[in-house]
Amino acid sequence: METVKIKIDGIPVEVAAGTTILNAAKKAGVKIPTLCAHPDLEPWGACGICVVKTENQMGVSPRLVRACTTKVTEGFNYITHDPEIQSIRKTVVNLILSNHPQECLTCGRNQQCELQRLAEEFSIREIAFPSNVRRVPKDNSTPSIVLDATKCIQCGRCAQVCQQLQGVWALEFIHRGENTRIAPVADSTLNESPCIKCGQCAAHCPVGAIYENDETDKFFAAARNPELHIAVQMAPAVRVALGEAFGMEPGSIVTGKIYAALRRLGAKAVFDTNFSADLTIMEEGSEFVKRFTTGGVLPQLTSCCPAWTNYMEEYYPDMIPNFSTAKSPMMMQGAVTKTYYAEQKGIDPAKIYSVAIMPCTAKKHEIERDDNMHASGYPDVDLVLTTRELARMIKMAGIDFANLPEEKADSPIGAYTGAATIFGVTGGVMEAAIRTAYKLVTNEELADVNITPVRGMEGVKSAEVDIKGTKVRVAVAHGLANVKAVLDEVRALREAGKPQKYDFIEVMACRGGCIAGGGQPYGTDDDLRAKRTAGIYKDDEKCTLRRSHENPEIIEIYEKYLGAPLSEKSHHLLHTTYEKVKTYKAL
Amino acid sequence: MVKKSYVLVCGGSACEASKADAIYESFKKVLEDEGLKNDVQVVKTGCFGFCEKGPIVKILPEEEFYVEVKPEDAEEIVHETIIKGRPVPRLLYKDKDAKVDPKADKFDMSKIGFYQKQFRIVLRNCGFIDPENIDEYIARDGYQALEKAITQLGPDGIINEMKTSGLRGRGGAGFPTWIKWNTTKGVTAPQKYVVCNADEGDPGAYMDRSTLEGDPHSVLEAMTIAGYCVGASKGIIYIRAEYPLAIKRLEVAMAQSREYGLLGDDILGTGFNFDIEIRLGAGAFVCGEETALLRSIEGNRGMPTPKPPFPAVEGLWHCPTVINNVETYANVPVIILKGGEWFKSIGTEKSPGTKVFALTGKINNSGLVEVPMGTTLREIIYDIGGGIRNGRAFKAVQTGGPSGGVITTENLDTGIDFDALAKIGSMMGSGGMIVMSDEDCIVDVVKFYMTFCVDESCGKCSPCRIGTRKLLDYLTKISKGNGTMEDLDKMTEIGMAMKKAALCGLGQTAANPVLSTMRYFKDEYIQHVKDKKCIAGKCVDLIRYEIDPAKCIGCTLCSKRCPAGAITGEKKMPHKIDQSKCVKCGECYKGCKFGAISKI
Repeated sequence: METVKIKIDGIPVEVAAGTTILNAAKKAGVKIPTLCAHPDLEPWGACGICVVKTENQMGVSPRLVRACTTKVTEGFNYITHDPEIQSIRKTVVNLILSNHPQECLTCGRNQQCELQRLAEEFSIREIAFPSNVRRVPKDNSTPSIVLDATKCIQCGRCAQVCQQLQGVWALEFIHRGENTRIAPVADSTLNESPCIKCGQCAAHCPVGAIYENDETDKFFAAARNPELHIAVQMAPAVRVALGEAFGMEPGSIVTGKIYAALRRLGAKAVFDTNFSADLTIMEEGSEFVKRFTTGGVLPQLTSCCPAWTNYMEEYYPDMIPNFSTAKSPMMMQGAVTKTYYAEQKGIDPAKIYSVAIMPCTAKKHEIERDDNMHASGYPDVDLVLTTRELARMIKMAGIDFANLPEEKADSPIGAYTGAATIFGVTGGVMEAAIRTAYKLVTNEELADVNITPVRGMEGVKSAEVDIKGTKVRVAVAHGLANVKAVLDEVRALREAGKPQKYDFIEVMACRGGCIAGGGQPYGTDDDLRAKRTAGIYKDDEKCTLRRSHENPEIIEIYEKYLGAPLSEKSHHLLHTTYEKVKTYKAL
Repeated sequence: MVKKSYVLVCGGSACEASKADAIYESFKKVLEDEGLKNDVQVVKTGCFGFCEKGPIVKILPEEEFYVEVKPEDAEEIVHETIIKGRPVPRLLYKDKDAKVDPKADKFDMSKIGFYQKQFRIVLRNCGFIDPENIDEYIARDGYQALEKAITQLGPDGIINEMKTSGLRGRGGAGFPTWIKWNTTKGVTAPQKYVVCNADEGDPGAYMDRSTLEGDPHSVLEAMTIAGYCVGASKGIIYIRAEYPLAIKRLEVAMAQSREYGLLGDDILGTGFNFDIEIRLGAGAFVCGEETALLRSIEGNRGMPTPKPPFPAVEGLWHCPTVINNVETYANVPVIILKGGEWFKSIGTEKSPGTKVFALTGKINNSGLVEVPMGTTLREIIYDIGGGIRNGRAFKAVQTGGPSGGVITTENLDTGIDFDALAKIGSMMGSGGMIVMSDEDCIVDVVKFYMTFCVDESCGKCSPCRIGTRKLLDYLTKISKGNGTMEDLDKMTEIGMAMKKAALCGLGQTAANPVLSTMRYFKDEYIQHVKDKKCIAGKCVDLIRYEIDPAKCIGCTLCSKRCPAGAITGEKKMPHKIDQSKCVKCGECYKGCKFGAISKI
């Protein structure tokens, strides 16, 4: 690797050629303040906070350069901090603040706002310039996220995420000059745009301009109603992230604490979406084995991610025959809560208030996708709260989360295996499916359950699994922009009448999978993803049972209620249908 | 049949707007009626530059130079000049300094003060040829440079000539053109591009427009030379859709060049392939910034991207791209043909050659002028421009458009080139030159520029997007008499932050009008702030009209003219202005025949 020797404030460092000044400075232990830069994204150079001076044989540059976009040059010394630079940065922060509403107290990002942090670091006690804030009505058109363009600082992160990481192109800058603002494409509403509700824009927004639709009040209202039986489920990725909100190390597994906290908040029954992840494997795995062995449409595409489902229906509706009909684990859990659980416990399903704690904003939209989401005869899930909302509720309720004793989930739909918990990371659904498919095909157990080729952060991963001589070719893609290439290939092969390259493809909309979902605690980057992912795999290893079909409660539900995977009852409760959705709904 | 006489009708946009088309048609008709249509050719040329006196008609070989011609004048010109060989005195340009004797038997256009100190390289063919006829371009040495470049110089020879010439980019920044070309030439890539920046957008500037309208082939020829030099096969001209005439003439010229084997495949039979296409811009000022321009061609939002990477290495669609503006290209064929040494002998040492300026504002002869670098502002304003309009006093001149700064009396004798202008706090820019007299208020003028920048900032980077708005707010506050001394400091603070921290050339220079006027006209700002006075009388909130009862005879004219009903009074009795209703339009002041109304 070619390296470059430079200095940062006189400190010599050697970095790979092509490194930006910002990253080289990190290596030298120097922190350059930034606002628009994000490690997930190509640097774009919008905010003007990270400016530095370059010094070389020719002298000191009269103009400052952006540390985020400028690559280092051999032999240069970069001056990152001096009174002039600091003063210019402070002026720029002041300019941004003068254009930003002073509503920190009621803002969704209060105390977690990157602009607020800069204002603090630059000792701004009074905004230097008169305020002029352009008021734009909030976009509340989706149940998932709220776009409050009034607070937007035009950093462009959301548009970059939406266009480059997700390939969705729902958000774009419109207008020019001071009227420039982020808006759903062609100034429509988010719901009319191609938005897939993944919430990655909200996860990347440095301020409170895009955030999850807060529905915490609905939970508390339900908890005050003595008639209601609140049954809560929690997704796999929540357990390795929620601790961050309480000062715990990212990746800490706090499953038992969350169960306990949910009961204190008013849940009468605490279940785990992981139970239904195991159920999903039984259904989706059986569906795959059926397609694979009887000449069905392949590759089969996974269906657990609602943002991915939205994307497919908008951009690749010709893939509907490939799509697994299995509902997402959350919807399965909701359906069995209001049927099987209600019957077992003799509770009127009309009185059950079904709540799901999810790392995801698209889940808020999924519960009202279509009538199939009312398989029990009632809304199978009444309310979806994101990890961030749960964190606030726990704080509001005065629960000392860090010191909370761990509790267990409730039967009969609360137990899970290691195969279920890895649903929270990219490759996890595939790995879990292989663990059970092996059994379904061979009636023997897979010796080593760790399928490492499908793990990791590469955008598209592929593997060939040997099931006693039968090769199953699988691919795993995450971050929807990576999915496009895979789907284009599937489409091209199909249209050319050629054999497909893969039999089974797992897709998760968000980079890294649900652990980096749009509803997770803020600050997600690859470091944080790695820590949460490690937590997930640790949780898998902790489980004595690591194959979905070994889950005793799964065995029980099939014996007592569903019969067998893909049975009529399963189809009614656990499977769904898809249809083509218009991409630009306002046109 | 060989034509004996020529009628050259200016076909630049400004003259076209003053019925040049009708003049052209009128000449055609008169000549046909007189049976002279085979002896006299009527040509619609490019801009003569003397737009102040347009439409211009020039008769050859008599060299008669007629100004402010109307369609109905065609008959007299044909009868007098073409048939009888004598001038039409009433249409001749009368130089106020009478350097030109209209009675002399031969009229020499170059003796007109407006043209005397000009030296035309870029505009060499404007006003001489029919831009829609490639033969006329070829007759004036057109496409010889291309042939020389390919058959004699070769890519390295071209670079050498360009380097010797010292030509610097005329788009504003003055970057040496040969370095751009040489960089792109040195990069190995399967595809390279040559782009022409014709997105001229400074208020009042029309140098590039006139060049393309008057001599489109010079740009096509230069782009082809550049393409050959750097190894590019594709050229793109990015031109704003508001320039329909220039677009049309480019299209005609491109079709003719292809027909002649000067564009397209196997140019001049040498096996070199190069073709050009036109991309229309929607008129965003920022798209004149090269990275924003390239993003716009790519179909993206016209927003600048950071440099490096420089376009010469990674430009259009990530391919190495030479990008120069119209005027830079127009110099190239002459440099190649006459040699870099010849070019270097013109102008100043660090800025060889000429520069075209669009001279506008409070000046007698507004128009398009081309002067050698090093010409002083005094020469441009007084000798060429004929001095300040209405005999007012010179106050300042703004160069570099909304990104430039003001130059005052003390620097009138500065020979202008890239470095000299930068040194006195302004910039060359693309060549807009707006002259201000003592009737102009500095705060008001800067407010105008800042309003332009607020609208035209692309909105990407915060120093520019928010900074321009804050500056405009402060300027507005000051012009209303509400400014404080602290506001002046804040303006400097914002201006400096923009200069240092904005992303692109637009943002880095958008505060220049503020910073430069704060340097030269601080007193005028302070007058607005402390004395609440606008001596030029432009800031309406700081002026007030009053009627002197001793002088008012009660004629009622002022009250009739007042659109706001602010003036009342009995007939033959002194009138009164209700200041709370007055909108400061000045109608009463202009209308009073007794000098009874004063502006305070």
